[in-house]
Amino acid sequence: MSTTISFGKDLTGLEHLSAEQIKTFLDTAEPFKEISERPIKKVPVLRGKTIVNLFYEPSTRTRVSFEFAEKRLSADTVNISASGSSVVKGENLVDTARNLEAMRIDMVVMRHRSSGAAQFLADRIPSNVINGGDGQHEHPTQALLDMLTIRDHKGQIEGLKVCIVGDIVHSRVARSNIYGLTKLGAEVAVCGPPTLVPKGIEELGVQVFKRVEEAIEWADVLNVLRLQLERMKAGYIPSLREYNRFFGISAARLEKAPRDILVLHPGPMNRGVEIDSHVADGPHSVILQQVTNGVAVRMAVLYLLAGGQPERAEAAKGGRS
Amino acid sequence: MSRPILLKGGRVIDPSQNLDDTLDLLVAEGHISGPWRGLEVPDSAAVIDCSGLVVAPGLVDLHVHLREPGDEHKETIASGARAATAGGFTSICAMPNTRPPIDDPAAVGFVRAEGERAGYAHVYPVGAVSVGLKGEEMTEIGELVSTGAVAVTDDGRPVYDTGLLRRTMEYIQSFDIPYFSHSEELGLSGNGVMNEGSVSTSLGLRGIPNAAEDVAVARDCITAELTGGQLHILHVSTRGSVEIIRAAKARGVRVTAEVTPHHLTLTDEAVRGYRTEAKMNPPLRSAADVQAVRDALVEGVIDCIATDHAPHHYEDKECEFDDAPFGIVGLETALGICIRELVASGRMGLPDLIDRMSCVPAKIARLPAGTLAEGSPADIVVFDPEVRWTCEPEKFFSLSRNTPFAGQELVGRVAMTLVGGRLVYDPDERLPRGGKESEDV
Repeated sequence: MSTTISFGKDLTGLEHLSAEQIKTFLDTAEPFKEISERPIKKVPVLRGKTIVNLFYEPSTRTRVSFEFAEKRLSADTVNISASGSSVVKGENLVDTARNLEAMRIDMVVMRHRSSGAAQFLADRIPSNVINGGDGQHEHPTQALLDMLTIRDHKGQIEGLKVCIVGDIVHSRVARSNIYGLTKLGAEVAVCGPPTLVPKGIEELGVQVFKRVEEAIEWADVLNVLRLQLERMKAGYIPSLREYNRFFGISAARLEKAPRDILVLHPGPMNRGVEIDSHVADGPHSVILQQVTNGVAVRMAVLYLLAGGQPERAEAAKGGRS
Repeated sequence: MSRPILLKGGRVIDPSQNLDDTLDLLVAEGHISGPWRGLEVPDSAAVIDCSGLVVAPGLVDLHVHLREPGDEHKETIASGARAATAGGFTSICAMPNTRPPIDDPAAVGFVRAEGERAGYAHVYPVGAVSVGLKGEEMTEIGELVSTGAVAVTDDGRPVYDTGLLRRTMEYIQSFDIPYFSHSEELGLSGNGVMNEGSVSTSLGLRGIPNAAEDVAVARDCITAELTGGQLHILHVSTRGSVEIIRAAKARGVRVTAEVTPHHLTLTDEAVRGYRTEAKMNPPLRSAADVQAVRDALVEGVIDCIATDHAPHHYEDKECEFDDAPFGIVGLETALGICIRELVASGRMGLPDLIDRMSCVPAKIARLPAGTLAEGSPADIVVFDPEVRWTCEPEKFFSLSRNTPFAGQELVGRVAMTLVGGRLVYDPDERLPRGGKESEDV
């Protein structure tokens, strides 16, 4: 198989990718999984590349996962967070980007509070831009690692019923999952209190459940989203306790599932709010495996955007390209 | 005094006199003589050949933001008034949401005086309803009117307290001015940045539902009904508003409404790609809404067209979508968009369009404009109704360039604009130089 598949300069989201491109990201992640299992976790795939991790919002998992992916591929990396940088001095995004560019970098991984920020940056600098989460828009690498984890357990994505549960309206993870999963042939639903489900979501090709029991009855896979405390203050839900009672994923609710259900969570979890500990730590949960897969998926993304060929990924690990 | 000007052989369209004919029009002493056939022309007159062109009353824009005082890098009263003439407008109403706002007589006088000093389009100040636009305490509306305000509004935001709204709509009746309403229910618009719907959902941008406007328009119409005050709804964008206004008019409520060229033309699809030049409030709506406001304009439920010209500096819009300010410029594109969308497409005749861009808005704000009747001030637009041209923002007279119409082909372009008998916009130098050689045009 030598048909070259092109990925463009950036990964800003899954919405405009083809099923084939998404599958290639997942397939390319497979050979990279093994690197993290080695005693010496380093291969020369991105040797000499300079990557900036530009994080305007707090992040532990995503930032560290990208950083490990970059370092295990031998890239030189710099982390910039909004606090303690020129951002607090009032520098705008364009100027920050242009200054980084002037230092001759190759790639930027960005997390930003505003939807569209990754596209905005990608349109203005020649470096590769990877979206590490932009506002309420997309978080493509999270969705890729979710899909990889689902595929690991269910064998395939096509034909599966996946329900995303929780705060859909504010979730970039939800949107990227919806785009990615529907392209790969899954049936996708969302479930949450209607205050947290955006208008027009059906037009993205998903169905909506207003009660979590219906979602559990229907689904093969639940992707449970974090409920942020601020949502209660903003009046979307009356209390966290009530949210847990009516929308939380509990062991008692899962017991009623008609089939063996897989539970994902992008983290960080609020135990006892959207997910109970018995579920998070229980047999249905693949939450930590998502984290492990995150590193491999991000290696694949970095490799492919840097111009690597999918079928050469195995060889590239040995320094041959 | 400047010499007389004869606009010769143009298609003179003046809806105020039900006139649409090929005629000559003489401008002398700042006023209109004629339009007549076989006019006796003074020797001193400069003759301008207007064959193939439309001669019409200068356009009137009830809704313009001039940014002075406070944001003169975006627009000044002079630059905005000049941009207006390039778009065929001879009278514009300046909204009070400047920094500081136009909420006292001195500020009203300043806007009026700067407008006069600039010498382009007539600039009519609109005063604030509430002190500091805070929605709490009523301004000295009588004083504002006596120094030149032609209407009051808190545009940019609604008068949220319905008690204040009621008192305002009662009080303005002593001064015979309209209340211009920015109709928005803030509890529903929240911190939205674009129309709520499938596009906002897919872009992950916070939505402003149609209901945010509908609810407010309903409240405003009901309050107008309660008080008998004259209500003018600014920038109608939803099909729901149209139905509410239609019903209010049927009940005899004193309400008029305007629509912008962009709400007549573009949908929220224009936002895709996070294009900040398509960010405005009210936001671009769905195709069904565009259809509804167009139909309402043709039918007369929406009375007139206004631009909501809202200049913003390049760097203000060159940012993340959430952070960009609302608003687009409109003065220099309005006529070309409206002819393309309404006339060239056969929805509306040229006389009707001129009525809605000149005569009707002049009546709403009781401005001395919107007519070519003999003896009226010579505020005149001359335009080529068929020429196709490309919108190039870098050529605007406005200090700002923020338009989603950049690169689009527009139909109909202003050839000349006269204000008070003076040719203030003449890009092709049609006015012959000197006095005597004017016969051989």
